[in-house]
Amino acid sequence: MLAKRIIPCLDVKDGRVVKGVNFVNLRDAGDPVELAALYDREGADELVFLDISASVEGRATMIEVVRQTAGEIAIPFTVGGGISHIDDMKRLLRAGADKIGINTAAVRNPQLISDGARKFGSQCIVVAVDAKFNDAWGEWEVYTHGGRTPSGIRALEWVREAERLGAGEILLTSMDADGTKDGFDIRLTRAVSESIGIPVIASGGAGKKEHFYDVFTEGKADAGLAATIFHYKEMTIQEVKDDLLHKGVEIR
Amino acid sequence: MATIAIVDYGMGNLHSVAKAVERQGSEALVTSDPSAILAADAVILPGVGAFGDAMACLRDTALDAVVAQAAANGKPLLGICLGMQLLFARSEEHGDHEGLGLLPGRVVRFTGGTYKVPHMGWNRLRFEQPESPLFAGLDEGHVYFVHSFHALPERASDLLAVTEYGGGPVTAIVGRDNVYGMQFHPEKSGELGMQLLRNFLKLAETTVRVS
Repeated sequence: MLAKRIIPCLDVKDGRVVKGVNFVNLRDAGDPVELAALYDREGADELVFLDISASVEGRATMIEVVRQTAGEIAIPFTVGGGISHIDDMKRLLRAGADKIGINTAAVRNPQLISDGARKFGSQCIVVAVDAKFNDAWGEWEVYTHGGRTPSGIRALEWVREAERLGAGEILLTSMDADGTKDGFDIRLTRAVSESIGIPVIASGGAGKKEHFYDVFTEGKADAGLAATIFHYKEMTIQEVKDDLLHKGVEIR
Repeated sequence: MATIAIVDYGMGNLHSVAKAVERQGSEALVTSDPSAILAADAVILPGVGAFGDAMACLRDTALDAVVAQAAANGKPLLGICLGMQLLFARSEEHGDHEGLGLLPGRVVRFTGGTYKVPHMGWNRLRFEQPESPLFAGLDEGHVYFVHSFHALPERASDLLAVTEYGGGPVTAIVGRDNVYGMQFHPEKSGELGMQLLRNFLKLAETTVRVS
């Protein structure tokens, strides 16, 4: 049986780690390679780098961060943020990334999912979905461009389409829960998990170690992702894992 | 210091494997040069992608014979992921392909249905032969798998460790004499992966001392 995964996320801008609360108010929290190695030692099962650089130079820096990280850590890692071409994917995978996260570009051009899956394998393609509850619809809507732009697409339909096109995993961020520290969005995570057969990484809202237990059991997630709480040492990965182990959840 | 040849035959990224070997204190040589492979203290055969493509690349570069020669010379050889599958005689991945044939057995697809394919993530090893030098000083634990096909060794004695997936045991580590294979990625498997790699590299150091 596969172990549930705990995944710290590092938002990287121009080669430095930053984390936005509700996607704004960035704070500098360190060197990505060093932080990645630290999380590996602390028991992280995987890492996600989200590149939020806007410039060409910033993106070039990310390749170097990936190359150095691949040499330092012994766990798989995903790189996402602003990736819109097969060539971008190839460069990052060659630099040592294990998986590529695509978001806005996949919504705009869903064929990117199938092209990537065919060329590199489904296991390399993570489709990141930012979802927010739409009261008028009574269900969740996909947002693009770092959560700024409503797409008019229903999240549950989109994840099914992503799976059909060959996505290997869904990285699901609840915009409603993100930054609240009130816990993961259980309803959204469960609805998505029950709609598809590929693994779901739940993101947004982790504030206490118990939140991971909730999202793995009630939310049916395969992995839980968090940033702030780990970066600012509000809890350690080991504390989260001890809690899960104590409650009988299979972890590494 | 032992020199470890990492066979570069155009399949996949070898950077992580090379760095992992270096972190264990050995010299990693990513190479497609037959004489360098035959002169190394141990050989690692990595690989991601499709079995048929990989065998075609190995044959086109004549590295299939070089790897077989290294194994015949008694050099420690470690196949990783697809590299492990290539050690076997046959694979049914997209047709029927002949492998290196260093271990009897074949590679088959997960049947799927009630479980997810690929088998991807952290799964627990169970040592079938705890006395193997690969497991010296180690406890069973989780390692990182990514694969859609799995090996069925013909001899039970070649099966060193398994993991449970899809309702049954799945080949995780194989070995006979100096030929070893790991279905998971030791270079992505945290501390346990590093320790398994270190134990393999110790075999190379032993070779250095004897020769």
